[in-house]
Amino acid sequence: MSAAGVWTVIALVAAGTYALRVSFLSVADRATEVPPAVERVLRMIPPAALSAIVALELGATDGAIALTPRLVAAGVAIAITVWRRSLAPALVAGMVVVVVLEALL
Amino acid sequence: MSRLGVGPRDVALEAARGVVPLAIGVAPFGLVVGAAAADEGLSLAQTSGFSLFVFAGASQLAAIDLVGAGAPILVAVGTALVINSRLLMYSASLAPHFAEVPRRGRLALGYLLVDQVYALAVTRYERPGGRAHRVAFYLATVLPLWLLWQTTTIVGAVLGSRIPEDVPISFAVPLVFISVLIPTVTDRPRLTAALTAGVVAVAAQGLPANLGLPVGAVSGIVVGTLVEGRWGR
Repeated sequence: MSAAGVWTVIALVAAGTYALRVSFLSVADRATEVPPAVERVLRMIPPAALSAIVALELGATDGAIALTPRLVAAGVAIAITVWRRSLAPALVAGMVVVVVLEALL
Repeated sequence: MSRLGVGPRDVALEAARGVVPLAIGVAPFGLVVGAAAADEGLSLAQTSGFSLFVFAGASQLAAIDLVGAGAPILVAVGTALVINSRLLMYSASLAPHFAEVPRRGRLALGYLLVDQVYALAVTRYERPGGRAHRVAFYLATVLPLWLLWQTTTIVGAVLGSRIPEDVPISFAVPLVFISVLIPTVTDRPRLTAALTAGVVAVAAQGLPANLGLPVGAVSGIVVGTLVEGRWGR
């Protein structure tokens, strides 16, 4: 992609992302209640979107769910996050598991 | 602490302490994004411009990968915005807490909205006594992350090829997202949404224009909303 193309991507992503961020904040003073149905859908977005992102980062490219070191390490990280509710131990453990497994296999 | 209650400085210090464990994840993430950008041939200006104007790591990484793979502009932009769609929910969730902040202030705070500050702020504001000095807490949480992000993406771009190949530092990226994902899965409907989205996204990853991501996310949202409507929590 040309330099102009890259800057176009940056500008459009920046504008769109900013619009998403200030959407409700910009009218916060009008104390408009978000309709309950809309709010229910909004609250479903983070787990769905984040899960899709994580799954695509971890999923094997041939479509099969291969038991890769990364998948195992992710499982360890998930377990620790649920157990300890804190990022640092999960991050450290995940990285250690990945490095160890990739070195062994 | 004064007898009247905690002051903004106390709140800011508490926020800064809370952000330290999060910073441990953000730093490698920034290095990865910077290195990826340099790898795909982005100039330092483009790399730092991306971090400055967008300030959203997962979408930056996805857009950089797509640009490098020769994807059309609209595919890169569309994918990035789907990834950032959760910001809409964060905005709706935080808006009531900032209703008294002047509009210009809210527009500025909005630029800084990221997963970590959303998670910490919402948890704090809903605690008893957590509504004091909300803006101080928000800024004290996110400004260090903002600075860390700008510097690590630049450092990552400069160091890029010098990070050894056998250290899978890029694995920090899904790890950061796992740590943000887990706290959002608070009940069965949300667990269903997450599982559905993940399975569908992987199943659909062969779709053109990176449609696997929005298809997965939308599937998760639809199924989760239906489960909640039909069976409650």
